[in-house]
Amino acid sequence: MTAPPPLLEIRGLRKSYGSHPVLDGLDLVLPPGVHALLGPNGAGKTTLIKILSTLLPHDGGSVRVLGLDPRRDRRRLQGLLSLTGQFAAVDGALTCAENLRMIGRLFGLSEAAVRSRTDELLERFGPAGARSTRASALSGGMRRKLDIAAGLLSRPQLVVLDEPTTGLDTRSRQVLWEEIRALASEGTSVLLTTQYLEEADALAEQIHVLDRGRIVAGGTAAELKALVGGAVVRVHDQDGGVLEELATTGTTPDLAARLAEAADRFPAATASIHRPTLDDVFLHLTATGPSAGPEDPAPDAASGPGPARTVPSAASVRI
Amino acid sequence: MTALAPARPDPHPVDPAEPRAASFLTGTLVLSRRSLLHSFRDPESVLMAVLLPVMMMLIFVYVLGGAMSVGEGAPSHREYLAYVLPAIALTSAGFGASFTAVVVSNDMTTGLIDRLRTMPFPAVTVLLGHTVASMARNLVATVVVMLLALAVGYRTDAPALSLLGAFGLIALWILVITVVFATLGMLAGSAESASGYGFVLLFLPYLSSGYAPVESMPAWLRVFAEHQPMTPLIDAARALMDGRSPGADVLVSVLWCAGLIAIALGVAAYVFPRRTSR
Repeated sequence: MTAPPPLLEIRGLRKSYGSHPVLDGLDLVLPPGVHALLGPNGAGKTTLIKILSTLLPHDGGSVRVLGLDPRRDRRRLQGLLSLTGQFAAVDGALTCAENLRMIGRLFGLSEAAVRSRTDELLERFGPAGARSTRASALSGGMRRKLDIAAGLLSRPQLVVLDEPTTGLDTRSRQVLWEEIRALASEGTSVLLTTQYLEEADALAEQIHVLDRGRIVAGGTAAELKALVGGAVVRVHDQDGGVLEELATTGTTPDLAARLAEAADRFPAATASIHRPTLDDVFLHLTATGPSAGPEDPAPDAASGPGPARTVPSAASVRI
Repeated sequence: MTALAPARPDPHPVDPAEPRAASFLTGTLVLSRRSLLHSFRDPESVLMAVLLPVMMMLIFVYVLGGAMSVGEGAPSHREYLAYVLPAIALTSAGFGASFTAVVVSNDMTTGLIDRLRTMPFPAVTVLLGHTVASMARNLVATVVVMLLALAVGYRTDAPALSLLGAFGLIALWILVITVVFATLGMLAGSAESASGYGFVLLFLPYLSSGYAPVESMPAWLRVFAEHQPMTPLIDAARALMDGRSPGADVLVSVLWCAGLIAIALGVAAYVFPRRTSR
């Protein structure tokens, strides 16, 4: 009967640094689960994360995280979430166990609780013998894992990860993905930002794309891909170069018709069917470039090519 | 949809078995322990804290002491030792405390401060932790200075209470300079610039009555030397250690220290909540 509050409930969120608006009327409502925020550099991801995790005050609009106001209910919210930021928050001079112990004690856990949680997390996250290894001696991937483990000491309801795998090698990234999946399977909500589309695709149930301080699209990976159209028939010459791209709705009759058209026009060519990737979606939605200033016109996600099968975009209702 | 919804129950009832906030005291204790571990695990900082006062003591007493006449009679090592001892203790404290600017700046520019500030406890205790560690480091260094002074011939017949008073003044200055360096560390953009800003402060003891009487200085320098905190502080400590009455110097020193701490704390209180890592 009493449904849990939404993970996030953000309406008209605004935040500027000086006269430069970073978040510009952002709306976002998310149910519990694993969510990814995707966006180019400077889109406002980190600022949004800092507001949600009580680090920065916002200028306008309303924000609820787990039903709590990050300003008014700051201390209570802090007890329910953990932030693992872009820069590792582990203390290099302390051992892994000491790092966890310190954070646990600061979360107000009892001595006994700290000890059992530390053992549990070291067993789960640490390599053999990590307990008394200084954090400065860990590899980048291991330090990240310790960092995330420290965030789990208090059994948070929401784990916020700001670009958790930036700078990690492929193997470390895979290992971290498994941990995030394990976390989600235990019922912890995860909000992660990333620049890697495959990461959002692999981890998140829902992906939202942030560009210039607004959510420009959101949905499952499949829904987002549908935004840029169904599939494309590519006609290649002998060297593999693309002669022509034929847009389709992705249905079998339409694909067959386009292939027939290609066969008529380019009898000697080869053809392939290209399904849109998240990269295509990303480039399509943030088309005017990653470092565009506030004076540039905002991209209009709703007027793109292809059938807009989902209409989740805040941009589409903009005047 | 019901027209009359009951008051929404608390979505996150607090489990009394698992408290979710560390107190100010717990924060201070846990983070002091951390800062102390840092001090002990950084062999360079420990070495500097001990080696620097030892080197200064030996240079001032054996290289300069024989040529310096600070009393009535001919130059004497032992007389100059008694003269410069408070200044050496305070100069060493300055060097030892400047480490605080670097560690605070490190904390402010890495991710740790962001994590601490998203946790349900007073994150400002991270600064208190560094202050406690700096006090501990520098009090140890001061004791080393005093023991070394005894070893190279320092003697006094001042009453124990006076000596305790001198030690108290030195400890007060360690606190002042630690708080100032912690604030500088917070203001500086990086650990390197933090130690750069602090470097200027380390010269204050040389421009005071610490190493030579102000009467021997040119007039313009003398004006500065007589009106900066080190001179009354050193004069008071020296008088107490000689068993003389320090007069008004103790009061003037304490007022200087209180003023400097108030300014540094005011700046820190303004800057700390606004400072997150970039």
